[in-house]
Amino acid sequence: MQISLYRYNPETDSEPYMQNIDLDIPEGQDLMVLDVLHLLKEKDAGISFRRSCREGVCGSDGVNMNGANGLACITPLSSIVKKDRLVLRPLPGLPVIRDLIVDMQPFYQQYEKIKPYLINDTPAPTIERLQTIEDREKLDGLYECILCACCSTACPSFWWNPDKFVGPSGLIQAYRFLIDSRDTATEDRLANLDDPFSVFRCRGIMNCVTVCPKGLNPTRAIGHIRDMLLKRAI
Amino acid sequence: MVASVTNLGKSGVSDWLMQRLSAVILAAYTVFIIGYFLLHPDLTYAQWSGFFSGTCVRIFSLLSLISLGAHAWVGLWTVSTDYIKPTGLRLLFQSATVVAIFVYVVWGIQILWGV
Repeated sequence: MQISLYRYNPETDSEPYMQNIDLDIPEGQDLMVLDVLHLLKEKDAGISFRRSCREGVCGSDGVNMNGANGLACITPLSSIVKKDRLVLRPLPGLPVIRDLIVDMQPFYQQYEKIKPYLINDTPAPTIERLQTIEDREKLDGLYECILCACCSTACPSFWWNPDKFVGPSGLIQAYRFLIDSRDTATEDRLANLDDPFSVFRCRGIMNCVTVCPKGLNPTRAIGHIRDMLLKRAI
Repeated sequence: MVASVTNLGKSGVSDWLMQRLSAVILAAYTVFIIGYFLLHPDLTYAQWSGFFSGTCVRIFSLLSLISLGAHAWVGLWTVSTDYIKPTGLRLLFQSATVVAIFVYVVWGIQILWGV
């Protein structure tokens, strides 16, 4: 198989380039893209990428594979390779540190902005703050986000305004706390989102939904936030 | 909260609502005008002029004209904040847009009431 790999080492390269590498894929196996990256690293130890759990939980190996963002560890070659060719690039829209490793800081800054923790100004109970089964169910499809950044870096609105638009990942997390029955900061959270950029830069193209490796739907969460903002303002 | 002063409504939700409402008004006006053309295949200037001298048509036309201005403001402001990165150039584009919208709206009113 021919691999076209994005290479950039700021210490030696003046600019990034694509390196073509021919790789023998073992017969009769459907390797994951992460396995391919390991095979490449055996050939050239200088090839750099992030990985950790290798089972789609930690979210560290988000890359762009044949044009689509996803987690290398849970993406089988059969699902993305066409004409025996695989193009591997770093997640788009974030500064590249080296090869497939991107600087996640702009992404984390947006996450930080939505205050991704429970805020409750009532006295702490002696036991846990309990939720009804129905209230707990509202968090399903939201809390599972692993912050891999596949969605936000697939979003043109995030590419153009990474410092202003919270992005799909931050917004699905924002809604996770807005809808949490134990959180009492709903008004403050909504007030912080009611500007023309934070939420409303979403144009609903649903790239985030297409690429989310956990099968989540940030566009729907953004729609719910918009409804909450609208109800608050009218 | 991201600061912004050159957008139409000063808040995200007001811009969003303004753009949706204006879109509905423009869609209704488009259907209304196309419907009028279809019902009057042999339209004369006298009929056309009489049509626009009616108060209801004038109000609807003015509403659509203002909606078009609001819609264009929100839309072009969004495009400028996406694609024009140098602040000076962006401000220039946004100012020119607002002036052009103002000119078109006043000009439109003049045409509408001049019939």
